[in-house]
Amino acid sequence: MASPHAHYRTNPGCRLPTGLAKAVQALVLLALVLLNANLARAAGGDFEAGLALLSEKSFDKKALAIEHLAESGHDQALTLLQTMSAGDLYYRKSDKRIVIRQDADKGYAITDVVTGQALGTVDRRDIKKVSINNQLRAQLTQAIAELQLGAGDPDIRKTALEAMLSELDTDSLPLLEKRRGIEQDAEVSAVLDVAIAVAQLESGERTDRLQALKALDGSLYPPVRNRLVAVLESDPDAGVRKAAAKALATIESRAKLFGNLETLFFGISLGSVLILAAIGLAITFGVMGVINMAHGELIMIGAYTTYVIQLLMPNAIEYSLLVAIPAAFVVSGLVGIAIERGVIRFLYGRPLETLLATFGLSLILQQAVRSIFSPLNRSVETPAWMSGTWEVNAIFSLTLNRLYIIGFCLIVFFLLHLILKRTRLGLEVRAVSQNRQMARAMGVRTQWVDALTFGLGSGIAGVAGVALSQLTNVGPNLGQAYIIDSFMVVVFGGVGNLWGTLVAGLSLGVANKVMEPWAGAVLAKILVLVFIILFIQKRPRGLFPQKGRAAEG
Amino acid sequence: MKMKKLASGIALAMMASAGMAADDTIKVGVLHSLSGTMAISETTLKDTMQMLIEEQNKQGGLLGKKLEAVVVDPASNWPLFAEKARELVEKDDVDAIFGCWTSVSRKSVLPVVEELDTVLFYPVQYEGEESSKNVFYTGAAPNQQAIPAVDYLMNELGVERWVLAGTDYVYPRTTNKILEAYLKGKGVTDADIMINYTPFGHSDWQSIVADVKKFGSTGKKTAVVSTINGDANVPFYKELGNQGISAEDIPVVAFSVGEEELSGIDTKPLVGHLAAWNYFMSVDTEANDEFIDAWHAYIGDKERVTNDPMEAHYIGFKMWVEAVKKAGTTEPAAVQDAIIGVSVPNLTGGYATMAPNHHITKPVLIGEIQDDGQFEVVWETSGTVLGDAWSDFLPGSMDLIADWRPPLSCGNYNVKTGKCSGQNF
Repeated sequence: MASPHAHYRTNPGCRLPTGLAKAVQALVLLALVLLNANLARAAGGDFEAGLALLSEKSFDKKALAIEHLAESGHDQALTLLQTMSAGDLYYRKSDKRIVIRQDADKGYAITDVVTGQALGTVDRRDIKKVSINNQLRAQLTQAIAELQLGAGDPDIRKTALEAMLSELDTDSLPLLEKRRGIEQDAEVSAVLDVAIAVAQLESGERTDRLQALKALDGSLYPPVRNRLVAVLESDPDAGVRKAAAKALATIESRAKLFGNLETLFFGISLGSVLILAAIGLAITFGVMGVINMAHGELIMIGAYTTYVIQLLMPNAIEYSLLVAIPAAFVVSGLVGIAIERGVIRFLYGRPLETLLATFGLSLILQQAVRSIFSPLNRSVETPAWMSGTWEVNAIFSLTLNRLYIIGFCLIVFFLLHLILKRTRLGLEVRAVSQNRQMARAMGVRTQWVDALTFGLGSGIAGVAGVALSQLTNVGPNLGQAYIIDSFMVVVFGGVGNLWGTLVAGLSLGVANKVMEPWAGAVLAKILVLVFIILFIQKRPRGLFPQKGRAAEG
Repeated sequence: MKMKKLASGIALAMMASAGMAADDTIKVGVLHSLSGTMAISETTLKDTMQMLIEEQNKQGGLLGKKLEAVVVDPASNWPLFAEKARELVEKDDVDAIFGCWTSVSRKSVLPVVEELDTVLFYPVQYEGEESSKNVFYTGAAPNQQAIPAVDYLMNELGVERWVLAGTDYVYPRTTNKILEAYLKGKGVTDADIMINYTPFGHSDWQSIVADVKKFGSTGKKTAVVSTINGDANVPFYKELGNQGISAEDIPVVAFSVGEEELSGIDTKPLVGHLAAWNYFMSVDTEANDEFIDAWHAYIGDKERVTNDPMEAHYIGFKMWVEAVKKAGTTEPAAVQDAIIGVSVPNLTGGYATMAPNHHITKPVLIGEIQDDGQFEVVWETSGTVLGDAWSDFLPGSMDLIADWRPPLSCGNYNVKTGKCSGQNF
């Protein structure tokens, strides 16, 4: 296993500034010589000395402590470093003993981190955190990765190897090749091959370098690309430079392909958020013709419902979202019905008044939330199963929360579609929206249908709020951020058409993301808006206009 | 709109009737939005001012009189800030105003406070390029926040590639202009600087974060200097976490993210990212402990955090009190003269002094975000830094100085031409 000493000696500039690294190295050597003389320890690092250094304030001393711990070979070293990396290590101010803490009635219950001995309860001010900064965190990651290189879990080995890629040289070769000989897992072997090739790029032999370049052709790891650029610029041999250029070209073209795929994914994911925000409006505005400016606040209420549900079930954050979906639907739906019964039903057929009244309602709802929950944003936790990424390869990965939201959006869309097409309520909704008088004559209770339709649209807005709580702020201004976009999607898609909303949302999302890299976020938004204005001039009824008599009304 | 005006009208009527009750009090105007988008940040400052005034009254008031806070709500509406400021002075007869958050609200109030010749204490970090006779800037100027932060990244972390990301308005644009000039002066090339602006409340950061990731994958150490404002931060940090960018890979140093903003975020994915301020709640001093305890007692909630603009109001208020004592009157003109040179203790164990350019001395602290939503100080300037009204790195402003002591009495004196432009904002 490569010791950190070797690492610093051969590659001084990568983690710590050179001067500091040299100083650390000298100090470590000195300390080792002294300690070895005194304690006659065989291992490279001294566990006790490392432990003692942890309570120092200076980050340099702590860096030294990590080296000691990492090389001590002590069976607790790995756990200790991991605890430190997680920021869970504390020391008692009175005797500098390293402890971990747990919440207790008054203050914290502390236990000795090495022996596990309970040390009683202390006040908040009696213990101090073993603070770490970014450099230490990086050093810890490296040390933990090296300790885990022989770990049983192939994923850990793979991550450890990937973390080492940018700092390999010929010194690392023997270790890598030994590991390659015993490695069973196919994926880890593949990374090992890349690592060996990267290390060989430093070799003095031309043939070695050429062979390495061949192996690296098309490899997508960013450190590999950077190495190849360096080879292309500085290799003394023309043949090697040519091979490097060829390998780089393959890498660039593959990177471009994945870059485009990434943009597409971003577009679809933005589109799915737009659809979620707009689909409730597609019902209230599209089907019923009510311009509801408080739509955004119904989304906000859904997001706050998620927050409250998390407060109510603090021990089951993992499932709280699943509970929040129906809860938000019900809460927002009921608020929607209240709005319809209380305000909107008096204003049917007077769009301007409806607009003003609902705008006023939106302000009232915002201020109500400010008064009840405070004007500060609330923190909604993301459950573990929604965090992280699905790594397709080294440069292309899809974020899980976005994937879930895309899926969720499609489910909501098709459920809504089913309701409108296959249920009695849907039939009545369509009947009322096409011809109110005739529907009433056929025995449909139009008032009842109005309330339920508005409730349905509002409920869907609440469900969108659950999804948005995972992406953005849960605060009083949440709704305002989405109301314009929602109207844009519905109008662009064609009023009264769910499919239009789906297509409009996706195409606006993708268009926005395609334009963003070269136009910038601000200009992209403006361009989309300008495009929609022009489009509406040409086709006032949107992408999918309603046909037949309903459209003429 | 109508609704808002009506509500604030009612609030105002209540204020006015409350104000009439006492004649032998000194009135202090508090001009912070309690509704609308900025309520999220400004409500806390209103509470802070009320707490400070209450404490001062407990200690016997000022010049033998009690202090009284006159609170108005400009409702995050910039023109309304100017109207409310005028009301505070003309109708409520306040002797000083503590208020504003955004630069645009300050700019809107500026002509009013100058015309009525009162004093305004402005507690938020800002882009500089201003010095008014009537305004006292207790927040950080760029040289008290942005420049030291960049120095830290460059010297301590060895950063070579820079992403300057900001919300599209005056503070980020000016700050980034200063930073760009500063970085280029240090030999950073165009290819190593990426500048990106986003609209207010931007919520879809996928492509920008992916771009930052690509920009940072060339092997050179990369950092993001963020002047992203308010609500847009949460989705930005969430996206960083989701795309697996940790603070060890690409640290983000923010100038607008403090304890209060973090209290609305799940901070686990943010650990290690940085912020530059002049105060952190975690600073371990006696004065700070007392302030935090007093705040918790006043607000009745042990979970509430304190932040940098609160300290700025603390310092500003103490300075105003000292200046009034020194002048023996609350007359704004006398206070303006008396306050220059006044020193009061800050909360981080040092002193803040009001300089002739109406900016104050502050220590600069760099903190890393911890998983409990607090900052751990990883670096600080050895002493305090004086706020510079006119940046030394911008072509138009490097020759300007501000000095409100006679005989100069000028906010933008050009040392090259030897002229005061006469315009003082």
